Amino acid sequence: MTAAPKAARRRLALPAFLACVLLAAACFWLAARQAWAQSLVADLSSHLVAITTGFIGTDVVLFGAVDGAGDVAVVVQGPEAEVTVRQKERIVGIWVNNEDITFDRVPAYYGLATSRPLEADVPPAVLQRHEIGLDHLRLVPRGSASAERVAEFRAALIRNKQRQGLYSTEAEEVSFLGQRLFRTRIHFPANVPTGTYTASVYLIRDGDVVSAQTTPLLVSKVGFSASVFEFAKRDSIWYALLGIALAVSAGWLAGAIFRKS
Amino acid sequence: MQVYLPIAELSVNALLILGLGGGVGFLSGLFGVGGGFLMTPLLIFIGVPPAVAVGTQANQLVGASVSGVLAHWRRNNVDVRLGGVMLVGGVLGTGLGVWLFGLFQQLGHIDLVISLSYVFFLGTVSGLMLWESIRTMLRGRAKAVAPRKLHHHTWLHGLPFKMRFPRSRLYISALLPAGIGFVGGILVAIMGIGGGFLLVPAMIYILGMPTGLVAGTSLFQIIFSTGMAAFLQAATNQTVDIVLAMLLLVGGVIGAQFGTRAGARLRGEQARALLALMVMAVAVKLAVDLIVRPEDLFSITRPGMP
Repeated sequence: MTAAPKAARRRLALPAFLACVLLAAACFWLAARQAWAQSLVADLSSHLVAITTGFIGTDVVLFGAVDGAGDVAVVVQGPEAEVTVRQKERIVGIWVNNEDITFDRVPAYYGLATSRPLEADVPPAVLQRHEIGLDHLRLVPRGSASAERVAEFRAALIRNKQRQGLYSTEAEEVSFLGQRLFRTRIHFPANVPTGTYTASVYLIRDGDVVSAQTTPLLVSKVGFSASVFEFAKRDSIWYALLGIALAVSAGWLAGAIFRKS
Repeated sequence: MQVYLPIAELSVNALLILGLGGGVGFLSGLFGVGGGFLMTPLLIFIGVPPAVAVGTQANQLVGASVSGVLAHWRRNNVDVRLGGVMLVGGVLGTGLGVWLFGLFQQLGHIDLVISLSYVFFLGTVSGLMLWESIRTMLRGRAKAVAPRKLHHHTWLHGLPFKMRFPRSRLYISALLPAGIGFVGGILVAIMGIGGGFLLVPAMIYILGMPTGLVAGTSLFQIIFSTGMAAFLQAATNQTVDIVLAMLLLVGGVIGAQFGTRAGARLRGEQARALLALMVMAVAVKLAVDLIVRPEDLFSITRPGMP
């Protein structure tokens, strides 16, 4: 009765031992990797941008420390969504939306800060991989269009986003305090879209990213404006009725007040 | 004082909105129109998305019309029966308009449709109004003119479904007021206006209604057509911003009271000529925007949004 399991256990022993060794090696490797990642630490002064009734835009401070020399680049991206770019054309004398291209997964917000201009020293492939700089932002067009048209529409998308204040026009400065400590400021305008943002910090040495860290950041309506928005989306019929009831009573009230005077 | 508008998703100066509401309210009290044709373009101009401007404006107009109709109601200047028939057309028109709005929104042409409707309707109506009021002013100077025939018989009187409207002393086809209401309803939904500037002349010239009853009856009808537009826009398109609507209402009702008082000092044809010039200015501005090459030929939207 007991012989069979014992034999089975003995048979299992060697693979189990090997598995343990492998696991230990993996842990060791991960720990080493952790140490490598530790050459950069960063955090935000706040992980929540709260859109209250009096919201007029805000700044969030990103600060951190690096181990050793190098440049720091900070990329902040907002929630991704599809965006349609339309081109107006003159048709019988008036300007009418004509051609359009839709881009998938366009970040609603893009902010960049660097310790110094990086274009000269860092190969484009590296910037491309980490989407450092608007020129290297990944924007994937849907459908087929000539590369030339896509480039034109892509530039228009970025230009429009910049006009709305949602894409940075030039890189903010990451300032170093001494050799190790750095800080920068991320500006969120009053029209900042809600959602989950990511702030990615890259340490760049000798033309390559040697360390990286990504921190989440939430932009959310809070308090009154959040309740109104939620209400309008969830119970839109009651919201519609409330809106009309408010309008009718305001009109009635005004009529009643001004009759007496 | 900055206030964040939760549906329009932008931050505006509350005093600016109150001021806009007050200014437009003053003009609407002065001329006896809703003022939607001024407010909607102004809202779009300060950055409110067109869909939200139209939806919110419909909601605001409900309040403005209620406050306006009360005064007419007290003087018994509302023909409820005729208003009711217009309303039947108005409800159908609004339903069609909201559907068209959604359709053009998807096609990406809603901005164009809004602009073109403004240019066409405001241009036509203001042109006619200006011509009429100038003629009246000149005629006033040239003394009395031969009185017009009281009752013209045209093909309009041959339409079926005749109905009696004792309050207005009319015996006309129900299709006429219903048709006017229908066109008004479409405009409410697409342009975010009450349509008073179109309904009032139509009721005078097409229906031959007594002038004293026209303002009250059109306002009565507008309450329901804007109310329905506001309901549909909020329920289906979620484009009514209550915070914005309330700010506009507070400014609007106060402005309207002062406007009404100032209006009492204006002569009828002078008021109409001034109103016509104002409406024409809006139409010309929008027409120029359509014709002049835009600064940036490209625009961006979320798919399915204007």
